[in-house]
Amino acid sequence: MSLVVKNLTKRYGLQQAVDAISFEVNTGEIVGFLGPNGAGKSTTMKIATGYLPPSDGQVLVGGYDVAVQPMEAKRITGYLPEHNPLYLDLYVHEYLHFIGGLYGMRGNALKSRVGEMVERCGLTREQNKRIESLSKGYRQRVGLAQALLHDPRVLILDEPTTGLDPNQLTEIRKLIKDVSQDKTVIFSTHIMQEVQALCDRVVVINKGRIVANDRLENVLQHNRSNTIVVEFEGVVAAADLGQLDGVLHVQQQSPGVFRLDAEQGRDIRPEIFRFAADRSLSLVGLRQEENSLETIFRSLTNETTAPQSEN
Amino acid sequence: MIQVLSKEFNSFLNSLIAYVVIGVFLVATGLLLWVFPDTSVLDYGYSDLGTLFALGPYVFIFLVPAITMRSFAEENKAGTLELLLTKPLTDWGIVLGKFLASFLLVLFALIPTVIYYYSVYQLGNPAGNVDTPGVIGSYIGLALLGGVFCSVGILSSSITGNQIVAFIVAAFLCFVLFTGFDSLAGLPALAANALAVRQLGIVYHYDALSKGLIDSRDILYFFSVIYLMLSLTKLTLGSRQW
Repeated sequence: MSLVVKNLTKRYGLQQAVDAISFEVNTGEIVGFLGPNGAGKSTTMKIATGYLPPSDGQVLVGGYDVAVQPMEAKRITGYLPEHNPLYLDLYVHEYLHFIGGLYGMRGNALKSRVGEMVERCGLTREQNKRIESLSKGYRQRVGLAQALLHDPRVLILDEPTTGLDPNQLTEIRKLIKDVSQDKTVIFSTHIMQEVQALCDRVVVINKGRIVANDRLENVLQHNRSNTIVVEFEGVVAAADLGQLDGVLHVQQQSPGVFRLDAEQGRDIRPEIFRFAADRSLSLVGLRQEENSLETIFRSLTNETTAPQSEN
Repeated sequence: MIQVLSKEFNSFLNSLIAYVVIGVFLVATGLLLWVFPDTSVLDYGYSDLGTLFALGPYVFIFLVPAITMRSFAEENKAGTLELLLTKPLTDWGIVLGKFLASFLLVLFALIPTVIYYYSVYQLGNPAGNVDTPGVIGSYIGLALLGGVFCSVGILSSSITGNQIVAFIVAAFLCFVLFTGFDSLAGLPALAANALAVRQLGIVYHYDALSKGLIDSRDILYFFSVIYLMLSLTKLTLGSRQW
């Protein structure tokens, strides 16, 4: 177990930023840490990297309690803070040498490692430029190179892909995926697609509490709504559809097109078909509506105030 | 610590800061010592570096805070402090690295003034008729004073994200530390403890060193103030933990 968060609580004054959250991330796993802005993602990460102390609970990185053995924990952690702070007046390779030096790397080992990271992060052409002259995407790569330089066992990335264009997004995701094989990776985001593209598992927090902690498929499965859009040729009264067994709510979208919310776990399509057959109506459309990732994210983080069961 | 020190020092050299600081210091002291008739050695008629050591501290009051103002303020503002604090570095390592880099720059600014000493040495009649021990003591005093100012500057920089605030606070604190206590000692209310109050200030110890008498108590005073300032800086860094 490479990253263990146990009952972590953080209070800023009276405000409870993180409220007794617990989760674990295994080696070789990429976990997406999701939540709306201000949910406590960054705070959790800052505690895990030893920047902030927890008010209660603990974080173990590679078995070291961050609050008790910060040095050991920091040595095996790679961290990309939110907004990717960089020394803008340094040159790319100079900056990476500096960071490597902080981890006790020296001489040729450091040199070859910097060279390797420059290449892997696609910075070869930019390595002799000042960081301030780089575009956002390249700066992000420098930040990532910095976090990966000492080959950390645990990688903590706070919104690594904000502000990137779609091409850069794909590249950075690929990079994270590539390096993650023998590492523990946790990254925060509020973009659901990112989670789908990268993660094995997802931890969703809202208002400092965990509202979901599961494999992505399961989260999707669990929150699949049962909505059916049906289209008839001819005139149908919404009230008649409402009479059907299992239909909870009917919404008319346009003449002949209805949106039906059905009871959870119940397939009402045969019912609808029979309904149409009985009245000799032509059924021209019948489709189960997929819940988009965004909808699930919204429903998880808006409605649920009580934490869901963790599995 | 070494990495922070060398990075900081390199960034002084890579930006204009180092050259401007050294240049301005040398031009200012050079003008005062050799050109401006009120303070010029040539008009004074004695082979003596008193002007340099009397006015040097005032030049430092402006220059040293300018060197140190960015040290933590900039990192606070840019967020790189978070980066630094999540690396396997102790808080002391960061503070000392930054302090020593600034201190080193101050020492570099002092080195060329040895030429002034050599000139005055040659101008003496007979040549070499200079109070050499006094000059050595003064140099030690000026270097330590630079160290104290650096530590004050680092502290001011750590309490704010604004470099201008850091500069002004540092310059004011340096001024108060340097002559403030001396002036306070003149207050009638403090007359009974005038000596004790004077001893809190830098001037008292600085003047003692300029006489060429290197007293361990004076040296200890400078190191204590530096230690106190750097401890407070470390405390400020650690205050995120509260």
